[in-house]
Amino acid sequence: MSIFEYNGSALVAMVGKNCFAIASDRRLGVQLQTIATDFKRISKIHDKLFIGLSGLATDAQTLYQRLVFRHKLYQLREERDMKPETFASLVSAILYEKRFGPYFTQPVIAGLGDDDKPFICTMDAIGAKELAKDFVVAGTASESLYGACEAMFKPDMEAEELFETISQALLSSVDRDCLSGWGGHVYVVTPTEVKERILKGRMD
Amino acid sequence: MECVFGLVGNDFAIVVADTSAVHSILVHKSNEDKIMFLDSHKLIAASGEPGDRVQFTEYIQKNVALYQFRNGIPLTTSAAANFTRGELATALRKNPYSVNILLAGYDKETGPSLYYIDYLATLHKLEKGAFGYGSYFSLSMMDRHYHSGMSVEEAIDLVDKCINEIRSRLVVAPPNFIIKIVDKDGAREYAWRQSVADTPAPSA
Repeated sequence: MSIFEYNGSALVAMVGKNCFAIASDRRLGVQLQTIATDFKRISKIHDKLFIGLSGLATDAQTLYQRLVFRHKLYQLREERDMKPETFASLVSAILYEKRFGPYFTQPVIAGLGDDDKPFICTMDAIGAKELAKDFVVAGTASESLYGACEAMFKPDMEAEELFETISQALLSSVDRDCLSGWGGHVYVVTPTEVKERILKGRMD
Repeated sequence: MECVFGLVGNDFAIVVADTSAVHSILVHKSNEDKIMFLDSHKLIAASGEPGDRVQFTEYIQKNVALYQFRNGIPLTTSAAANFTRGELATALRKNPYSVNILLAGYDKETGPSLYYIDYLATLHKLEKGAFGYGSYFSLSMMDRHYHSGMSVEEAIDLVDKCINEIRSRLVVAPPNFIIKIVDKDGAREYAWRQSVADTPAPSA
C-alpha cells in the first residue's frame, strides 16, 4: 500500500463567482484503524489564501510549518501578503528541493488574488503544478471526488450554492472510500468574509 | 505484546502501559516502567524499540528540564508535545527512532491534555488514545464506555475494563500493567495491575 494512503484523506477545492471553497474530511487513521475524527488538513495562510495537504499526516504537518515560516518571512520583508500564484510557486519550489526524498503529500492551494479573482491549484509530491479553472481534488478519495465534482460542478456559483455543491461532492465521495470520512471541514471564502463550517456525515 | 493507552478525564489524565520487556519469545522482565515523568506535571508513555524508547524519552526529559532551568518557567504540555514532534520529525529523515508516544500533562490554564505522537511524528491532541496490539481492544472499550468529564473512579474502572479485555482476548497479552495519573497536584504513579510477580533470586 502506498505511503500516500497511510493516514487517509480527501481534499477538494472549487471555484465560484468571485469566491472559492476548499473542503476536507476529518479522519486521521493508521491504515484501517481510526485514530481521531477531528483532524485538520486545511490551514489558513492569510485571509484570502488556504492550503490543504493530503497524504502522509506527518509530512503535511512538517510542510505546513515550513510554509507558515516562509510566508511570515515574506510578510516581514515585503510588508504584504503573498499572492496565491506566488505561494503556489513557493510550495512547488519547497517540494522540489526534496526531489529524491519527497514529502509524501499532495497539496491543494486555493486563494483570491488581485481584484478577487479566484485561484485554485494542486501539485504532486515533487511540486509539478496543475492549474484548473473549475475544481481540484486530492487524497485517497480523489477518484470518487473527480466523479462527484464532474457531475455536480457548475461555473460561476454564488457562495451559498458553492458551499452546498462542495459539501455534497465531499460527503458522497468519502462514503465510497474506506480511508477517509468521519464528517467534513468546509471553508467558503468571498472577498469580504471567510465562512468555516463543520459537516456531519456518516460517522462510521 | 506492547499495550499503551491513555485518556483524559475531568481535571486529570491517565496513562497506562504494560510492563513487559520482551525479546522474541522470551520475557526478560515483567516490571519495566515504560511511563516516564517529563517534569512535575507531565507523563510520557512510550512503546517501540526498547533502545530507542529509553534513549529518546530520556533525551526529551533532559531537554524539557534544561528549558526550565534556562527560562525559569516550565514548558506547557502542548509545547512539550510540539518539541517532541519536532525532534522525532527531524530524526525521521536521518535515522529514525521507532517510538510511539502518548504524552499526558496538566496545565493551569488549559487543564489536562493528552497528545498522540507516532514514530512518523504525527502529532494530534486526543481525549483517548492507544498504541500497540492492545489498541484493538482498548480503543473499542474506550469508544463504548468513555464520556467527557469522567471522574477518577470512572476512569480507573474503564482502565480496568480495558486491561481485562486485553488479558482475556489478546493471545500475547502482557501480565502486568502500570497506571499513572496527572492532575493539578502533579504526576504520580497511581497503581499496578499485576498477575505475575518477579521471583527474587534465591540467596546463596
